[in-house]
Amino acid sequence: MTQLALVIDLNVCVGCHACVTSCKEWNTSGWAGPLADFSPYGPDPHGTFFNRVQTFEVGEYPHTTVVHFPKSCLHCEEPPCVPVCPTGASYKREEDGIVLVDYDKCIGCKYCSWACPYGARELDEHQKVMKKCTLCVDRIYDESLPEAERKPACVLACPTNARLFGDVHDPYSQVSVAIREQGGYTLMPEWGTKPANHYLPRRRTELRIHADELIRADNPLKKEGVPPKPPKDQPTLDETTSW
Amino acid sequence: MEDLTQRSDKARGHTEVKYTTCYMCACRCGIRVTLRDGQLRYIEGNPDHPLNQGVICAKGASGIMKQYSPARLSRPLRRKAGTERGEGKFEPISWEEAFGILAERLAEIRATDPRRFALFTGRDQMQALTGLFAQQFGTPNYAAHGGFCSVNMAAGLIYTIGGSFWEFGGPDLERAKLFFMIGTAEDHHSNPLKIAISRFKRAGGRFVAINPVRTGYAAIADEWVPIRPGTDGAFLLAVVHELIHTGLYDREFLVRYTNAPELVNQDADSEEFGMFVRFEVPPEEGCFDPQNKLWWDPEVDRPVSTHTPGVDPRLLGTFRLPDGTPVKTAFQLLKERVASYTPEWAEDITGVPAATIRRLAYEMGVTARDQKIELPIPWTDVWDQDHESVVGSPVAFHAMRGLAAHSNGFHTIRALGILMTLLGTIDTPGGFRHKAPFPRPIPPCAKPPKGPEDVQPDTPLNGLPLGWPADPDDLFVDEAGAPVRIDKAFSWEYPLAVHGLMHNVITNAWKGDPYRIDTLMLFMANMAWNSSMNTTEVRRMLTDKDENGEYKIPFLVVADAFESETVAFADLVLPDTTYLERHDVMSMLDRPISEYDGPVDSVRIPVLPPKGECKPFQEVLIELGVRLKLPAFVDENGERKYKDYPDFIVRYETAPGSGIGFLAGWRGKNGDKFMVGEPNPRQWEMYAQNGGFFHYELPRSFQYMRNWNKGYLTWARANGLTRYAEPINCHIYSEVLQKFRLAAEGRGITRKPPEALRERVAYFFDPLPFWHEPLETVYTDTRRYPLRAVTQRPMPMYHSWDSQNAWLRQIHSHNYLFVHPSVGKAGAFEDGDWVWVESPWGKVRCMARFTEAVEPGTVWTWNAIGKASGAWALHPRANESQQGFLLNHLITEELPEDPEGLRVSNSDPVTGQAGWYDVRVRVYKAAEGEPRVTEPRFPPLRRLPGMAKAPRKWLAYMAGLKGR
Repeated sequence: MTQLALVIDLNVCVGCHACVTSCKEWNTSGWAGPLADFSPYGPDPHGTFFNRVQTFEVGEYPHTTVVHFPKSCLHCEEPPCVPVCPTGASYKREEDGIVLVDYDKCIGCKYCSWACPYGARELDEHQKVMKKCTLCVDRIYDESLPEAERKPACVLACPTNARLFGDVHDPYSQVSVAIREQGGYTLMPEWGTKPANHYLPRRRTELRIHADELIRADNPLKKEGVPPKPPKDQPTLDETTSW
Repeated sequence: MEDLTQRSDKARGHTEVKYTTCYMCACRCGIRVTLRDGQLRYIEGNPDHPLNQGVICAKGASGIMKQYSPARLSRPLRRKAGTERGEGKFEPISWEEAFGILAERLAEIRATDPRRFALFTGRDQMQALTGLFAQQFGTPNYAAHGGFCSVNMAAGLIYTIGGSFWEFGGPDLERAKLFFMIGTAEDHHSNPLKIAISRFKRAGGRFVAINPVRTGYAAIADEWVPIRPGTDGAFLLAVVHELIHTGLYDREFLVRYTNAPELVNQDADSEEFGMFVRFEVPPEEGCFDPQNKLWWDPEVDRPVSTHTPGVDPRLLGTFRLPDGTPVKTAFQLLKERVASYTPEWAEDITGVPAATIRRLAYEMGVTARDQKIELPIPWTDVWDQDHESVVGSPVAFHAMRGLAAHSNGFHTIRALGILMTLLGTIDTPGGFRHKAPFPRPIPPCAKPPKGPEDVQPDTPLNGLPLGWPADPDDLFVDEAGAPVRIDKAFSWEYPLAVHGLMHNVITNAWKGDPYRIDTLMLFMANMAWNSSMNTTEVRRMLTDKDENGEYKIPFLVVADAFESETVAFADLVLPDTTYLERHDVMSMLDRPISEYDGPVDSVRIPVLPPKGECKPFQEVLIELGVRLKLPAFVDENGERKYKDYPDFIVRYETAPGSGIGFLAGWRGKNGDKFMVGEPNPRQWEMYAQNGGFFHYELPRSFQYMRNWNKGYLTWARANGLTRYAEPINCHIYSEVLQKFRLAAEGRGITRKPPEALRERVAYFFDPLPFWHEPLETVYTDTRRYPLRAVTQRPMPMYHSWDSQNAWLRQIHSHNYLFVHPSVGKAGAFEDGDWVWVESPWGKVRCMARFTEAVEPGTVWTWNAIGKASGAWALHPRANESQQGFLLNHLITEELPEDPEGLRVSNSDPVTGQAGWYDVRVRVYKAAEGEPRVTEPRFPPLRRLPGMAKAPRKWLAYMAGLKGR
């Protein structure tokens, strides 16, 4: 069975927010739209986004790391938001595992957002329905698009290609290989939600220079003038050894 | 809800797809724009575009909200009679009236004293046109914003290696194994860099970020090296010291491709002291380096002409010429210069441990030496030596404003250029790579006007207003050595101010120093806010009047698409189009988007009609050119020569019949020529058919070593990119700088600086890089103001254009002062408290946030998130104006008077680069009971005629009729 998902490579994510706004622009005029904004030009603007980037500092100066952490609905295999929905608006598609909300059925009761341990759901306060990432379900099956573009908007936009998209149940898919080979992990597995989305950790490349690598027979300094040699009047063993 | 997979998004309403070029920042990515029922549905990266390869950034993807922002201006406006400038009271007028007012005023100026018209542009991507307009008008007072942006980077590298970062060159991360990014550099070439860094890291490359702050791309660096702002030069010179000391330099590269082995006159009594010794006068004088200098041949122990076949010259040494003249190699002088620049010396200045500096130097040197890349590409150098392969060292660098925006930035960047040269990484695989039209001669050929006599009424300038001085005779000064330009560029105060000093224009014009002007025209430049230092005072200058009650700057024209803070100060407002409504060219004549493998230029083609009465600024200039009868814009009868801007782009040639125009692609009558060819009436169409760009891939043998590559240089000459196919040897030792120093010492036959500036010129025009404290530090009590304050560029707000954008402002609606917790402890405040940040020049109230990702002696904030109340169509109490703040209030545009009474710009004394990042501050808790809003604040701007009303509560955007 197919389970579509995103795999986000934290090793290359620079926190540029391209995924955030490309998601917004695709979806606000798409099937799941509009994604309304409250106080768009006034104090404390806030609107509906399916995807946000959080930034964390880890460690103390000077050993500080900064981690950019894009977060959206994880399309859990055991989504706690689905069974709590009193109207059946929140559902998981059998064919591809995408978790969706049917706005026609949603009554905006927020049970699902309380049940979601990841804070991935946002109530659209304008339309009074629950909204969330759809994995751009209105793009990825659109056969009028070239095949390479049948991907979520965030994946296409990402300048560092930090967002991989595919079927995590297919062991040979790009996402499965990345998870397997690069230590992909899920968020809070202890909740038993089995998130479909995975993250790839930071990796560090170091360079070790050995002291003897600095010494080379072809050191260019040797070409400059006469190599140093001791003057003839310097004391040597020649004068003092006696056997 | 309907089944989402049953109907394509394209089937909802009427869909159109168009290709153009983004302008949400200065990066210039190719975009594909989808319209639904004539409204913006989706903006995505053009997958075929060489620059962004299909990706897009946060800003690019938010173009919809820029287009539909309520901050859009839509009608020409005139300040209401009887109101004061800055009050923001305007009345709409017709374009005919606007042109009438302008043409009358400018014609009078042009006929009397053209200097009294000054045209300065901000994020101008059409400098070839704006510069042409100024030149044709005959005013020297023209520049774009480079002087306050990154001119040190342009000048420092171009005067050293004949090219620079961003659109003219960059790190070859495809082949590099070790990459250093120094200082804030994210906002130039941002998407290409993101693409490249990601690929580089995934290929196992090692990325080291040297920056006071760990943010931006530094977040994913393998190592973060925190450094004190303004000390990068000390770091780089210590690395150079270490590489020379240990012999970790590329000797072969230095010998063949640089002036390192050339002999420098060391006779202190000679007029030629510090100059290279020449063995003959070159048969032809031109803007190239004649190969008439000397090496020292150790085999025969005497001087020989450079590049004598079979000679392996001394790189180091002190010698005496047959005539007795003492000489040293340039490399010997560099070695002596850096002798005292030990890592221990640099540790005290930079805060970077000596062991770290040493280790990084060894990483660079050993990687460059031991991991050579050899590509099987035969090429021939300009000395006719054939090479079977191209060899490179996989160590690459990138830097921009972080190094540039200091008053010691020029020499810092010279040091970086020299470091890259020592490693043998100039236009080599894995190192620094040029992009057409670079490399160019050191310095490039264009020269500024030379004196007041070059400015005459009703006469175009005899050349472009900006250029590249090669010696003091190229300065633009009067007989007394005083500046001719309003910004004092190319004067003895800032001789190599190759991008002008826009940051001093208002102050100088207000003071009448060197003279008063009449009309200041600003295009896309927010000089009453984030683009000025000392913002509060600059705003006051704009409204200040003389004893007759006239404004000291009599007439201010502002062209912008949005209601910026500066618009409020205009006497005349010209509403510009957005990037989606206009034609534009990213031209080989100014700033193309070339790739390492060859020239690329591109266009914007409108995807939407202009809003209201908005008119592209290009059309404004062409119309004015016609009304003023500027020769380039009218025919022999004085009639309009070009129908409109697109027609101008197609038919304009740099000289009659030159075949060189704004666009390099599809030239020739049938569009079958490129670079050079007669105008093609169907050129725009052909660009449109190709997705809006032209990309010529050079033969592989022309793609590397272009400073010395005979094939490339001959090709470049044949295609009008350069005038000479002569070698461009890297300037380890800068004779250009030495010529200025000699003049300051009273030697040589060139013009001499005025007495008051001799010491300054002699000190800073050092032919070898050196580190000095930023100028401002000398005037600052660093015990009272111990902290250094800098800004960084938030990726969703690059180039600070987008607070009017409903989506982007939700990511950064206000900024904080980020400080290390120890700063809070010392100032007795906590994370989140309101604090004052104070410099010797001003103070700002803001909120502090603690961070561990900053060098503890540095405080920082995001650039230009703070806005004036009501500006950009934001609510008067929007976060941008209540919590958001500008650091600019703390930064002075002029240094205090020196003991001799001289007052100079707070800028690099070589280039005039604004020293934004030199300011010293202290931070302390705001008193209990103080209002919890930022300070200073200004009276709210009001909505102008022609602006739409901003939705107060909800914005629920959905493109097309369906969404109505």
